[in-house]
Amino acid sequence: MAGMELPDQRGYFGEFGGRYVPEVLMGALEELSRAYETAAADPAFWAEFERLCRDYIGRPTPLYPAQKLSAQLGGARILLKREDLAHTGAHKINNALGQGLLALHMGKKRVVAETGAGQHGVATAAVCAKLGLKAIVYMGEEDMRRQSLNVFRMRLLGAEVRPVSAGSRTLKEAITEAIRDWVTNVEDTHYLLGSCVGPHPYPRMVRDFQAIVGKESRDQMLAAYGRLPDYIIACVGGGSNAIGIFHPFVDDPQVQLIGVEAAGKGLDTGQHSASLARGRVGVLHGTKSYLLQDEQGQISLTHSIAAGLDYPGVGPEHCYYRETGRASYVAVTDREALDGFQLLCATEGIIPALEPAHAIYHAAQLAPQLSPEQFILINLSGRGDKDINTVAEALREGL
Amino acid sequence: MSRLAAAFRRKALIAYVTVGYPSVEATLEIVPALEGWGCDGVELGIPFSDPLADGATIQQASFTALERGITPKLCLELAAELRSQMTIPLLFMTYYNPVLSFGVDAFCQASARSGVDGLIIPDLPPEEGQELETATRNYGLDLVYLLAPTSRPERIQQVAQRSRGFIYLVSLTGVTGPRDRLPPGLEAFVSRVRAQSSLPLCVGFGIAGPEQAKRVAQVADGVIVGSRLIQLMETGDPSEQQGFIQQLRQALDFQGNQL
Repeated sequence: MAGMELPDQRGYFGEFGGRYVPEVLMGALEELSRAYETAAADPAFWAEFERLCRDYIGRPTPLYPAQKLSAQLGGARILLKREDLAHTGAHKINNALGQGLLALHMGKKRVVAETGAGQHGVATAAVCAKLGLKAIVYMGEEDMRRQSLNVFRMRLLGAEVRPVSAGSRTLKEAITEAIRDWVTNVEDTHYLLGSCVGPHPYPRMVRDFQAIVGKESRDQMLAAYGRLPDYIIACVGGGSNAIGIFHPFVDDPQVQLIGVEAAGKGLDTGQHSASLARGRVGVLHGTKSYLLQDEQGQISLTHSIAAGLDYPGVGPEHCYYRETGRASYVAVTDREALDGFQLLCATEGIIPALEPAHAIYHAAQLAPQLSPEQFILINLSGRGDKDINTVAEALREGL
Repeated sequence: MSRLAAAFRRKALIAYVTVGYPSVEATLEIVPALEGWGCDGVELGIPFSDPLADGATIQQASFTALERGITPKLCLELAAELRSQMTIPLLFMTYYNPVLSFGVDAFCQASARSGVDGLIIPDLPPEEGQELETATRNYGLDLVYLLAPTSRPERIQQVAQRSRGFIYLVSLTGVTGPRDRLPPGLEAFVSRVRAQSSLPLCVGFGIAGPEQAKRVAQVADGVIVGSRLIQLMETGDPSEQQGFIQQLRQALDFQGNQL
């Protein structure tokens, strides 16, 4: 399969991707592409990345057999890739570290980032503190309210958190505002985009940094079980944790890849974030992908109980995998995600973030239909401390 | 001579308004008036939900216009109505997604039918512009590309070859909105483009008043003003808007006569 060579020179995965940005940024994107090409071809760059993955992030993260969960569900054996145990509590740190090192190589002193759930913001703040870069994080006011713990963590780590009050006051607006900052300060600033969205080379670069999740999983599967999993399940907002764990398995057709989008209050309520399920092809934030938009091409306001999934677009590589059938995508509601959340707490003593709780719910539906010889690998992309207030509120409301 | 080419018989003054802001009536009133006050072209902004090249003023204008139900279809109808009253060129300025959603070919056809002369799409660099270039050509529209102070020589050359009507020079690295001063490198930037292109060069972003217009007119062929005009429309006093445009006109004419 040609998946490993994508994107093409222009940043396309099939018809998805590209570079739809104001002219001011074209030079910066070309510079970033060149810097990344150079770094990606330099074994010393990857050696430093891997050393810090080990010593700073605590990689490799465990591949954990969720035996009690598996036994309760009956059927397939469920394994969790424990990205929740990575430093700062989610997979986001992998990409933040990679891009932080790249920013240093490019001589940039200032970093801007967007954050939804706050995990990418915290990861960026941590990496910038460590590497001596100035971090400015844009965050929607609604997300600042529901993820107040992460706002405090970012500030402790020395980042400046700038509230964004436009639109739905969530991730979409935070990205727009971060791009505006980048347009203005492009000479000395690197935009540390946190998901596999945005203009070329971001979708590729973010995937490459997150692919460490899939590579480790593959090695760990082979070492422990002598085989690959039958299913890999991961949540998809922009889709970086999913692309990270999917990508090293793309050429293994026996491994079924399933992305789980946020169905919010239900796919027919208009209050969800399921871009692949209900979107149309369009252009937002520099890339062509499936987008939730109205008939006039105005981008829709989205909803998910998981701030990290609350985004109207999705990475172009996911669009391509959906189109080619290499991966399939399903959607899970807020209520179902809460069930997945509580299920993992009760069976394994692990509090997942609300984002991967979507993946857990879907795995719990699938597992009983499979045999005990089959394996489901879930990317447990983050831990749930940040979501405790949201969950408490939702359970009080009887959601 | 096309309407757009005719606009450059003198130092051109091009105004931007967001369609439907503060109201449809206001758009229908001010756009024909702009011609009388001395503008040589008008950009009609079709509002988009995520205008990432725009500063606070045009963002707010766009959101308000969208709340009032402005759609691309309505913008096309208004353009046709304006065209029947005006002779100067009208251009649509919008982001790529509304165009893509409408259908690239259908949008160009409808724009041409409405008497629109060209399109400016700030998030569509030439690398992604092939489809729209073809469609605009088919319907006799100009597609205006943008250049920025950060554009390298090879990009300047590419835009010089592919932009039609004029080239839109973004004066600064940043979003739209009036600034106290324009960057010191502006003249050098315009000369770099001039060396590669025989197209008219218009400078926009950051233009706040006659002093800046005068400076721009020393080197460029036209000035584009948007956010400052929209701010004046918020106060609702047409004499202020008229005074502002006429001052710019005088500054450009003064400069034009000096050359």
